[in-house]
Formats: sequence, structure tokens, C-alpha cells
Amino acid sequence: MSEYIIEMLGITKDFPGIRANDNITLQLRRGEIHALLGENGAGKSTLMSILFGLYQAEKGQIRKDGKQVQVNNPNDANALGIGMVHQHFKLVHNFTVLENIVLGVETTSHGVLKMDQAREKVMSLSKRYGLLIDPDALIEDITVGMQQRVEILKMLYRDNEILIFDEPTAVLTPQEIEELMRIMRGLAQEGKSLLFITHKLAEIMAVADRCTVLRKGRYVGTVDVQDSSPAQLAEMMVGRKVDFNINKQPATPGAPALEVRKLTVDGRGGKKAVDRVSFTVRKGEIVCVAGIDGNGQSELVYALTGLIPSQGDILLNGQPIEKLHIRRRNDLGLSHIPEDRHKHGLVLDYDLQQNLSLKRYYTGQMQRHGFIRFDAVREYARKLIAQYDIRSGQGEDTPVRSMSGGNQQKAIVAREIDIAPEVLIAVQPTRGLDVGAMLYIHEQLVRVRDEGKAVLLISLELDEVFQLADRILVIYEGRMVAEMDAKTATPQELGLYMAGSKKEDRHRG
Amino acid sequence: MDKVKKAFSGMSASLLAIVAGLLAGFVILLISNPANAVRGLWTILLGGWNNGMKGMGQVLYYATPIIMTGLSVGFAFKTGMFNIGATGQLMMGGFVSVYVGVTWTFLPGALHWIVALMMGALAGMAWGMIVGLFKALLNVHEVITSIMLNYIALYLINYLIKISYLFDSLKNQSVNVAATAVIPKAGLDQIFFILKGKYHDASSVNAGILIAIGIALLMYVLLNKTTFGFELKAVGYNRHASRYAGISENRAIITSMAIAGGLAGVAGALMYLAPASGMHIHVEEVLAAQGFNGIAVALLGMSSPLGIIFTGLFIAHITVGGAYLQSLRYMKEIIEVIIGLIIYFSAFSLLVRDMILRANKKRRLKAEAQMKPEEES
Repeated sequence: MSEYIIEMLGITKDFPGIRANDNITLQLRRGEIHALLGENGAGKSTLMSILFGLYQAEKGQIRKDGKQVQVNNPNDANALGIGMVHQHFKLVHNFTVLENIVLGVETTSHGVLKMDQAREKVMSLSKRYGLLIDPDALIEDITVGMQQRVEILKMLYRDNEILIFDEPTAVLTPQEIEELMRIMRGLAQEGKSLLFITHKLAEIMAVADRCTVLRKGRYVGTVDVQDSSPAQLAEMMVGRKVDFNINKQPATPGAPALEVRKLTVDGRGGKKAVDRVSFTVRKGEIVCVAGIDGNGQSELVYALTGLIPSQGDILLNGQPIEKLHIRRRNDLGLSHIPEDRHKHGLVLDYDLQQNLSLKRYYTGQMQRHGFIRFDAVREYARKLIAQYDIRSGQGEDTPVRSMSGGNQQKAIVAREIDIAPEVLIAVQPTRGLDVGAMLYIHEQLVRVRDEGKAVLLISLELDEVFQLADRILVIYEGRMVAEMDAKTATPQELGLYMAGSKKEDRHRG
Repeated sequence: MDKVKKAFSGMSASLLAIVAGLLAGFVILLISNPANAVRGLWTILLGGWNNGMKGMGQVLYYATPIIMTGLSVGFAFKTGMFNIGATGQLMMGGFVSVYVGVTWTFLPGALHWIVALMMGALAGMAWGMIVGLFKALLNVHEVITSIMLNYIALYLINYLIKISYLFDSLKNQSVNVAATAVIPKAGLDQIFFILKGKYHDASSVNAGILIAIGIALLMYVLLNKTTFGFELKAVGYNRHASRYAGISENRAIITSMAIAGGLAGVAGALMYLAPASGMHIHVEEVLAAQGFNGIAVALLGMSSPLGIIFTGLFIAHITVGGAYLQSLRYMKEIIEVIIGLIIYFSAFSLLVRDMILRANKKRRLKAEAQMKPEEES
């Protein structure tokens, strides 16, 4: 029997105008946890899609147990014992856990469902691998961590031998991550072979046996994690030495810049999306709102910036703004790096200079008697492009749609910082960006702080929270459940708050 | 340089669409009368030239209202709205301008037609604004309101004409407007005529075409050079980002629809402020075709005001050309089918092209998204 259960040899895959995978080799040993590391756009997902039969490679072959196989669609992959937990779970929300697990491979007799057998198998798998679930709970009622366990059980129920985890920790709290790591080790011990896609070095060090690194579609190498270090992996991933620590002096908070009092936003079905939230952000500090996605962060930001109506008080430098139109809030110094850059941040069909002037075109600088001063718009765009190193094909005339995600984000950051805000609200400002762009944006946020402005950062990434925050607020189900000093807070404690299992009484006043 | 290139690629797409439309028309010519099909196609292509300068004048005359309705539809498109109600706005504008043209005879000569034209524009504006208000304040889709308003306009005008002294019951149409309210010729009848012996046989063309082209230029400036146009287009491209940037989406929608309505209203005024021999408002249950042809004009002109001037002229050209098909013994009905087919096949092939482009883009984006799924929202 071959040493490797799955081998992908010399895989090459082209998309129009781009080579997503260039002669990549990945060999998965039986019973190991093998990490696949790379930045966004390095080709990890393409490679896994090929293994899973969603794409066909132009060149190269896939071998199972040393024998060449064809994977033309996900059914082939399934027949070969390959299963995948996608980053965004593929579950039917109004079905029960058990129904979701058996969906597609139901046991029937004369066309009638026979769930008893299935239930027995699921429960024994659950026990054997320590995957705690409630088979009769509806998916919509259970936590994200449990949904992930359901996804894992789906693979086990189909007797998959090769388990692919696509960025499995992105949606989990630190406690849930630890639990997942434990489960993964258990699966490996039981003889399953695991492929673990990630860009988080700490998780690789904690759980993986070996690690294959991709960069810009190319194969960089495979290393034994034991003999490696995070610094070495980072260098392989980025292609140069990286210093993840940004130079950040202790904060010197001044007067309150943004004060929020009992802010409430109505959500769906009579629930409050944001429930009587109060906090203050002072000049010269970065306050970070941490929390798991979907706990009211988006609504909080929309309410602060005026995109949706809210009740309660919002004060900007002491002036109430909760009744003001978005334009007035912007003019008073509220600036916003939005969560969704394609929905809110950019007009994709406008070119770069039009997008850079999106919050200035109406000012005296850029118009006269209602006519746009095109020379001023162009000059301003050139200045920002140079200052913020925004790269694009045709400079200020580039349609923003054709720019890379990182440079689109840089354009938004440039626009929002350059209007010299009093309060900068940044929502997941580095989502989907590579390490270089991420570090750059982090530095800019710290620079804004050091210029004595207030920064409110909304982030789902704990690394980012600890990297940047001076003060941490935790949001859970629309409420601020904790306030912590970033210097003394620990990820574990933060995780407990984020999961809602620990609460501070913050409704005293 | 790039701008020229871009404009050219847009133009070549329109030209290709027109060629496709003509081919489709040719097929019908072949089917209905194969012997004359080639000459028939040539007659269509000759357009106004079939009858010399008079014919060319007729082209300009027919182009006038459809350039205006094309501008109306195109302007609304720019703000992301589909103004299918241009025909209703046109009729309201036409009715009010005829009312002013008939009754406000106290106005001095030159002022009379100008005021009638402006009142027509205002009426169209109000009619269009209703659509914008419903969309902005109650989120009722503009296609639904504007279709309903088309019929409301139609029957309302029939009713108002019948109960008023605007009604010429013998001819079942509106009475003639005062001579002072007729759109002046501006000397165009001295250019676009043919000689029949010593008699000047002039075309119906009048200053309306100059007004339409002037307004098109104005719209071009408004859309491309002003902050107002910048806002309208931003809302059309991405209303979420526009809101985010502090642009009042509702105001943009309401003003855009009001302006679109006003443009269609002008179309109606220019049509019906005509001499006794010209057009009148007929009391019948038919929506004005000029309103719907505006959709094709706007589509073919890529919603650009300058493009719309040319596509309006083109469609008028083949419409006039089609009229001469009768001399080749094509029936009037089949001619309408052929011309309609050319117009809508052209517009449709442009739509198909867009769909293909969009499908390609989607496939590309999907491939990109697969490479970096973290960027999915």
C-alpha cells in the first residue's frame, strides 16, 4: 500500500487571464493532519476544488492509494471517500441535525424513510469521535460550533476517509477552536486523514503534522511542523521576512469624541438587533468591538453612520447627531470604512478618481456652481494614489471594478482617512487582504489614533483585536457584555464573553 | 484616447445591433414579397432620400418626439429607473400644451408657443414625479406605477377633451391650436422642400428638432459635468454606496423621474403644437407609440444623450423609408411589422449582447471568487 492516501501531482489550473495553480504537488499521508497554508489568492481553494471535483485541472494527476483516479464531480470525490467542511456551512436551516446528516444518503424501505438505522449510526459516530450533538435540534437553533460538528458528522456518516476543512476556525470562538482542535486530533488518531486549509499560523503549530505552503499559485514547499517555526512558515507564505508586530505606543486618550447612550436598533421578528448599547470612544484611542459575526455589529455601525434609524443618543464631540442625515454626519467628521466594500464602499462602475472623490465632490474644492472641477478631482486622486500606494492599471482612470480587492480597500481607507475624521469607524478593514496590505492598513489606523483622532474598530479576528485595540468591548446578541483593557485581557476570557457564557452587568447607568 | 475608444466600442455595438435588425427586417421582406425584397431593403436604407430634401425634413420631423422620449427613458436609466411611462408623460404634456395653445390666446405671439411648451414640460414632469414619489416613499416599483399612469393619462385626456371646448366632435380629435402656439418653422421649411413646378412642397419639420438637439446637449452636460449628474449616476450604479456617501437616494429618484417626465412632456408638446394640417390628439384608446419607441432609442443610444440624437434620427430615417415601401406594393401593415422588427430586433440584440457580457463577467467573477472565497460577502 502506498504511503500516501491522496496525492495531487503537478496540478495546473488556468482561469481566464490568470494561472491559479501552477504545477502544485500535495501529498497526504494516511492518518495525518496536513495543513495547506497560503495567503488569499494563493490558490488553496482552487486546489481543493479540483480535489473535490468542482474544477478539472489542465495538467497533473490525482492518485488515491497510489492509483490514478478521475474526479469529475463531487459525487466522484465522495465515492473516493473525500469529504469537505466548507467555510460557509451547507446546511438546511429548518431541518434537524439528523435530517441534515442523512440528507442525500437517506436509508429507505419502499420509498419510506427509515430514520432509526441512521439515528443509531449517527449516535455511535458522535460518541466515538466525541462530537456532541442533539440529533433532533433544528439547525437554526444551534450554535455555529455545533453546526460545524454536524458538518463533520456528515462526512463521517458517508464513511469519508479524507476530510478537508476549509478555514474552519474563522467563525469560532477561542474555546470552540480548542474543541475543534481536539476533535481533529481524535479523527487523525482514528485513522482519518485531514487536510486543513488556513492562513493562521498558530493553529498550524497547534494541530498539524505537516504543512504545504502555496504562494501566488505556486508550490513553495512542504515542511514538518515540528521542525518549523511560525516565522519560517510566515516567510514561506509571504515570500519575505515579516514582522507582524506593528510599532504602537501606549494610548493617550483625551476628551470623548464619540458617545453612545442607550442606542437601540430594531431587528427582525421583534428582537432588538442592538439593545441599549452605551459606550464612549475618546480622542487618541482605538476601541475595538469584538464579537462573533451577526451579534449586532453591522446594525450598530449602520445606526452610528445613519444608514438605518435608531433610538438613543449619539454624540460626536458633544453634538447630538442621531437625527442628522448621513451627509451631515460625514461633514461633522464621522468617517466609515464599511464592512462590505462592494455594497457600500465603492461605486464599482465609477473610476478610481470618482470613487476617491465620493465624499468630497460637493465641496468647494471640487465643484463650482454645481459643475465638477475635473482637474481638482484628478489632482486629488493622484495625491491619494501616490500617498497611499494604490496600485491599478490606468492610474486614476482605472475602473474600480477591475482593481484587486486589496487596492480597492486601500482606496477606501485612503478616502476615509484623508477627510481627516474626528471619529473613524473601521469595520473589518482587512478582511480578505494579504499580509502586506493588512499590515499597511493597521499602521494607518494607528497613525490616525496617534494624530489624536478616535477609532472605533469592529473586528471578528482576535489577532486583529489584540494587535490594535487599546480598549475592547464585547458585543453579544446586540448587547455590550464586557469592557476590557487590551493590555490585560486574554483571548480565553474574551472568548467566554463572545460566546455569551460570561456576562458583566453593564446596564447600571 | 481611452474615452474615444470606449465611445467607439459602444457605437460599434449599436451599429452591429442595427445591422442585425436590418437583416431580420430583410427576412420579412423576402417572405412577404421576394421579388422586391432587395429594392425594398434599399428603399428602407435610403429613408428620407427617397423624396429628396422634403423626405429628409420628414426624418427630422419624426425624429423630434422620439429623441425626446429617448432622452426621457435614457435619463431615468442613468438613475437605475426604467421609465416605461414616457408615453403617458408625453400625452399629459401634449394635452396641457394643447390646452394652453388653444385657450391662452391672451399671450403675445412669440411667447405663446414657448409658454405652451413649458407648461407641457411641467405637466410631463408632474406625471413622471408621481412615479418617483411612489418609488422613493413607498417602494412601489416604477414599472408598475408608470404602466398604470399611462392608462390613467390616456383616459383622463380623452375625458377632459370630450367635456371641454377642445373637442372637435366631427373629427373626434382636439381642435387646432392658435396660430401663435404653433412651433415656428425657424426657416427650416426653406431648406427641406422639393419643387413641384413652381410650388415649394415643404416638409413638416420645424424648430422642434433644434429644441430636441439643444435639450440633448443640455442633458449631456447635466449628466457628465455637474455634481447633480454625478449623484444621479452614482445612485443608478450603486444606491447603497450612494447612500453611504451621503447622497439622498430618494431625492435623486424623485428628481430623476421628474426630469424624465419633463423630457417626455416636451415630446408631447412638440408633437401637438402643430398647425391645422399637423398632428392632433385623437380621442381613441391607443397609447402614443412615440413613448415606447423612446425605449428602443434609449437602448440603442446606450442611454447617452448624444447617442440618442443619432439613434432617434436613425429610427426616424427607416420609419420614413418604410413609408415609401408602399410603392413596391408592400402592404401598410407589413411595413409596420418590418420597421417595428428592425427597431426592436436592434434593441433586443443589444440586450442579448449585454446578457452575454454579463454572463462572461459572472463566470470570471465566480472563478475569482473560488480563488479567494474569503472575499465573498
